[in-house]
Amino acid sequence: MADIRLEGVGHSYDGGRTWALRPMTWTWRSARAYALLGPSGCGKTTLLNIISGLLTPTVGRVLFDGRDVTGVPTAGRNIAQVFQFPVLYEEMSVYDNLAFPLRNRKVPKKEVDRRVREVSRLLGLDALLGRRSRRLDAGRQQIVSLGRGLVRPQVAAVLLDEPLTVVDPALKWTLRSKLKEIHRDTGHTLIYVTHDQTEALTFADEVVVLNDGAIMQAGEPAELFLSPSHEFVGHFIGSPGMNMLPAEVVGDVVRVGECDVGAVTDGLPPGPVRIGVRPEFVRVAGAGLSPGVRARVTGVDRMGAYDLVHTVVGEHRVIAKTEAGAPYRPGAVEFLHFPAERTFLFRDEVRCGSLAPLDGRGPA
Amino acid sequence: MRLARAARRKGPGVSEESAPRAGGEVAVAEAPAEDERRPVLKRKDNRAWWLVLPVVVSVAFTAVIPLMTVVNFSVQDVFGPNDRVFVGLEWFRSVARDPEVRAALVRTLLFSAQVLLLEIPLGVALAVCMPRRGVQVSVALVLVALPLLIPWNVVGTIWQIFARGDIGLGGWTINNVLGVNFNYTLDSTDAWITVLVMDVWHWTPLVALLAYAGLRSIPEPYFQAAQIDGASAWSTFRHIQLPRLRGVLTIAILLRFMDSFMIYTEPFVVTGGGPGNATSFLSILLSKIAVGQFDLGPAGAFSLLYFLIVQILCYVFFTVLTRSGR
Repeated sequence: MADIRLEGVGHSYDGGRTWALRPMTWTWRSARAYALLGPSGCGKTTLLNIISGLLTPTVGRVLFDGRDVTGVPTAGRNIAQVFQFPVLYEEMSVYDNLAFPLRNRKVPKKEVDRRVREVSRLLGLDALLGRRSRRLDAGRQQIVSLGRGLVRPQVAAVLLDEPLTVVDPALKWTLRSKLKEIHRDTGHTLIYVTHDQTEALTFADEVVVLNDGAIMQAGEPAELFLSPSHEFVGHFIGSPGMNMLPAEVVGDVVRVGECDVGAVTDGLPPGPVRIGVRPEFVRVAGAGLSPGVRARVTGVDRMGAYDLVHTVVGEHRVIAKTEAGAPYRPGAVEFLHFPAERTFLFRDEVRCGSLAPLDGRGPA
Repeated sequence: MRLARAARRKGPGVSEESAPRAGGEVAVAEAPAEDERRPVLKRKDNRAWWLVLPVVVSVAFTAVIPLMTVVNFSVQDVFGPNDRVFVGLEWFRSVARDPEVRAALVRTLLFSAQVLLLEIPLGVALAVCMPRRGVQVSVALVLVALPLLIPWNVVGTIWQIFARGDIGLGGWTINNVLGVNFNYTLDSTDAWITVLVMDVWHWTPLVALLAYAGLRSIPEPYFQAAQIDGASAWSTFRHIQLPRLRGVLTIAILLRFMDSFMIYTEPFVVTGGGPGNATSFLSILLSKIAVGQFDLGPAGAFSLLYFLIVQILCYVFFTVLTRSGR
């Protein structure tokens, strides 16, 4: 277990023309469970491979507890990694597969046996230990791969690259909670790559959102949800994602069209901004409850436990999440209210301030 | 790989897909009542059988009829164009008992075994050593494939000269630099070695290319996983590369077995089957009987037995190789 520090680490696959991973400095702290969240092709796997040493970064240094390992090959780094698809030694039994990483490191036979049985018990593989691994279905094979990642007791970190993609949904939940349990017991540093926000938010102590080769924001799940610092994080986390609406700062008031929605904090200079508010916090009120942003309802999705009211403000779509059985009709005009403490202002996609209550101020 | 896998699931022989349901028979005659929207295209039309005709004709002309001619000869004693007697299985019996044929069979089996034992490991080793990316790949591929482009009789001629003690570079070097007395025209062992080395030189590249293709098809994460698991180069080879070469190696073994078991041109050019009978393999003996002595009856019986042995051994190889992986 170690703190893994990336100092100015960046990687380019085409000799510097484009960055798959933009140079970044970041520390993965020991014994925490991280989720690395981002869309496909954003550099998650590149980042993982740099940590495990399968890839040498174009620039920057990788430090394990202060020791520079940038040039150290994978075998010397003591990292476990699980891939997206099952990677097994097909002609070996499940037992031998699990034992393989330990045997290669000359672990005594008794210890190997103890570890293999422990991991197999945790992952529910006991009944399969004697089976030839290639005769298992893909989901089970992936669990064996996972086991191989977890079998070594002393690793700097366990890297999981979308490990549950091929596992069927019912088992996914079980395995994810198993992983959390294992993390609690062993105190391994876990870095779990995924593009599924639910997976990331339920699994991790800390979620790191990556987009286009750069870290957008890192924080606890609630922080990312309630207080996104970048438009991308707002969009990407939450379903549906954050509403974004063009607005204008005039004096110390934020305006959407003709309507004042709140005051500016932090002395933001005038100019165009975008306001971001999650569907969960948008309140829809009838025509009588002005002031509010005038919106036309375009449709209502009945989701069972809640409704999603789709509206347009001018030509911009805004979704509100309401209680089930909302009485709104398509075509009706309603007024939207954005609670000040849950509404943020973005300029150039980066958060630049938040909304404050109007308190009767502003050019009425 | 997939081919071998499919066969493994269903057992050897004819798989379900290739079972003779050709032409219009494949289609469902009447669409089930619950699925009315099924396209009308799937109607039974026996005219489709005509599409098979060209294949039937060409196969009959090039394979079936000649084979039947051989069968016809094998049960007759032919004295002249219009003078023949039916003799039943007599030729089969006499060929099977013939000590010369038996000696040639043992010789050919031994040769094939040595060819496989040398060429398969060598080819795999070569493939493992070949570069995986860059310009070197094309260079290595061309260099390795070179011997495969040379016609059989030219290979024979090259080695016939190369191995000569007086004017051949190889033979001269062995005799005069290494100081070993080497003469393939007089010494049976030397002749055997010459033919064997020639075959290894000519055909190891085929095994290497097949194995290389197999190695290239292994996804990168397998090698990455091996690195992460701390596997040595040997155990990476043993546990990742070799198991995944099973498919291509099955094909390589079958090809090299059949080919070496029927080897003819090269030893014919180099040694002519000699000295004595040292390198007279089944094919050389067969052509001596069929073309040299024009004994069509015994030659026919010999051919059929030869054919049968090749079939049986290929079947055994295939079964063993594909079953062992279960």
